[in-house]
Amino acid sequence: MSERASTAPTDGATGEATPAEDEEPPRPRTGATSVVEALENAGVEYCFGVQGGAIMPVYDALYDSQAVRHVTMAHEQGAAHAADAYGIVSGEPGVCMATSGPGATNLVTGIADASMDSDPVVALTGQVPTEFVGNDAFQETDTTGVTAPITKTNYFASGADTVGDDVSEAFGLAAAGRPGPTLVDLPKDVTQDETDHEPGPPTTPDTYQVTERADPSAVREAADTIEAANKPLLLVGGGVIKGDASEEVRQFANTYDVPVTTTMPAVGAFPEDHELALEMAGMHGTGYANMAITHTDCLVAVGCRFDDRLTGGIETFAPDAEVVHVDIDPAEISKNVKADYPLVGDAATVVTQLDEAMRATPETKKWRATCQQWKSEYPMDYATPDDEPLKPQFVVEAFDEATEDDAIVTTGVGQHQMWAVQYWQYTEPRTWVSSHGLGTMGYGLPAAIGAKVAAPDTQVVSFEGDGSFLMTMQELSVAVRENLDITVVVLNNEHIGMVRQWQDAFYDRRRMASEYHWCPDFATLAEGFGAKGITVAEYDEVADAITEALEYDGPAVLDCYIDPEENVYPMVPSGGDNGQFALEEGHL
Amino acid sequence: MSSGLPGPAPTERPTPEGRRNKQGIRIDPEVEAEPATRRAVISVLVEHEPGVLSKVSGLFSRRQFNIESLTVGPTENDSRARITVVTEESDPGIDQIEKQLRKQIPVISVKELPENAINRELALVKVEAENPDQVAAVAEMYDANTVDACPETVTVEITGSRQKIAAAVETFERFGVHEVTRTGTAALARGSESTTDDTTPQSTNQ
Repeated sequence: MSERASTAPTDGATGEATPAEDEEPPRPRTGATSVVEALENAGVEYCFGVQGGAIMPVYDALYDSQAVRHVTMAHEQGAAHAADAYGIVSGEPGVCMATSGPGATNLVTGIADASMDSDPVVALTGQVPTEFVGNDAFQETDTTGVTAPITKTNYFASGADTVGDDVSEAFGLAAAGRPGPTLVDLPKDVTQDETDHEPGPPTTPDTYQVTERADPSAVREAADTIEAANKPLLLVGGGVIKGDASEEVRQFANTYDVPVTTTMPAVGAFPEDHELALEMAGMHGTGYANMAITHTDCLVAVGCRFDDRLTGGIETFAPDAEVVHVDIDPAEISKNVKADYPLVGDAATVVTQLDEAMRATPETKKWRATCQQWKSEYPMDYATPDDEPLKPQFVVEAFDEATEDDAIVTTGVGQHQMWAVQYWQYTEPRTWVSSHGLGTMGYGLPAAIGAKVAAPDTQVVSFEGDGSFLMTMQELSVAVRENLDITVVVLNNEHIGMVRQWQDAFYDRRRMASEYHWCPDFATLAEGFGAKGITVAEYDEVADAITEALEYDGPAVLDCYIDPEENVYPMVPSGGDNGQFALEEGHL
Repeated sequence: MSSGLPGPAPTERPTPEGRRNKQGIRIDPEVEAEPATRRAVISVLVEHEPGVLSKVSGLFSRRQFNIESLTVGPTENDSRARITVVTEESDPGIDQIEKQLRKQIPVISVKELPENAINRELALVKVEAENPDQVAAVAEMYDANTVDACPETVTVEITGSRQKIAAAVETFERFGVHEVTRTGTAALARGSESTTDDTTPQSTNQ
């Protein structure tokens, strides 16, 4: 994090030292000043970005800010992911900045990722001066056009007097209701022009209102249904974490003895070591979660959007269940699965309403016993035969053992992501940081940077695949420069492993473009970046390597040569029946 | 080699009786067919600002909603514009269109208009002028105005319902039609009923 004092040129090589008695003339107040004031009003402490021509006025104004610190990333995609993870961990909007044209388009993947996962992110992009807009000027892209489908809303700043308020509204909307990314496109003349206007605090437009409390009569009906259920199941979605409703959900489950499964973004919302926990459901969810979701007669879904990776084929999803759906976004109600009891409102508020409305505890003893039986029938087991290479599940469990309970895990996307979610036991919200809806390979390292900046005293471990790591590993330079004490674990199978697994199962083992044949030496690369690099390939090396990586004060990369043939199970094939999850390739 | 996980194979597991249809609605698998589509006229009041039309029209393409026509224009309030959308969708589809429209930040109100609402389209039809008297007679039949004429062609303006305009264009075709341009539907609720949804103001805006 660059501190003003340390970045101001003071030596002979870069400029004259400014004598203390020589006061600089006051700098003019510009649109950019107003943008930075809007950031300060929003309580922004950190932003992540990359410099460039059209955004220079905003960076210049940032030079004078004592409150906002800037983390210079290697690539704008990294800035967007870091801001996204910062938003997940802190609960406050993460901020990313980029210049026009390629800077803005490089943000796009990260913004789309935030959009799919409803993460609060504010993106500020430079733009060519207004008079050049539409002329295909140097580094011009229609950024508001490109990002319209992947933002909650976006703004094309039209003048220096209003740009600060545009940014304040972007902050208000990113965090309000169902969170999501917003973007303000900043033409260079708008940020350079002088203005007296001082922006207000984050705000939302008058026409934007959020329903916090669900309709009491609908709550009454839903509570009646839950009371009468024989096989009720709580399905906890990411909205429970966004809405800080984990406590309310835990209390509800405990009070009424209702088993709990989660979607992937909700991992950590309910403690996985709890007796009622069935852990994650869906494509690579546990067998017991998928059995429960298939056989429940009353599915109480809170803050989830019934993504196809959760539901599998919609025809066979919870086919006997009456569905109670709690969501703050009315457009999610009955979008994919018909809600028999739609409850629009804030997760914590509505779960409390439900709790207060309940007059009896459903009789779930038999159902809980069935769930326990499924837990013993479908254990998340794995073998570690001596004659086979290192198993990734072993590495994940060993890291979980070696780290503190509140350690934050970030991941890329692929097989390593699934092992990291399956074999690490999550007990607290905001400790699992991943790319769920968009499935962005390369998310893990920049996310670890954002997470560590948001929670500097918490251990941060990033699991990556070799393919995923190669997509954004340049951000290691940022982790070294900022001396962020993070640990990157590369579960290296020299494949795009998930694609290789699908090719084996569905494409007659024709491994087109999924085998790398050769991978760089990640430990040496890490050392080249100035980080710690360690390689392990044997079981008896793992414990010491983990200790060394965790104890190293700064970023460390642990390259683990794992079994390249290891697959992720259970698996519900795309569009398949959750209850028919495969436990081995022969089941597919 | 990956050996997989222990546990009963898929064929050894109990399976539930129920089913859902593609809309996620629980059904009797013997009976239920796909839901029928119907035509809906939706009136959308929006902030009159740049980019709104592209946000609304983009929504229809990226969510694969069928759209028959979309018209936009200013209203009695300078800061607002009204978009009238005509769509052909199933009931769950229409419901989803309305909810997704409400999520757009510059959207103020979304309302599906009842069947008795006033719907009007306008068409300009450039007709071959070989028999000007007959063209004029047909124009009169459809309450159309002649807005331009030259020795070769006559251009008439027709307003009315979609069906009336379709019928008029078909009739003019006997003379030879050079060009046709049609607007989409503009609609207002009938009588004192408001075209703007003021019963559930933005309580559902997300």
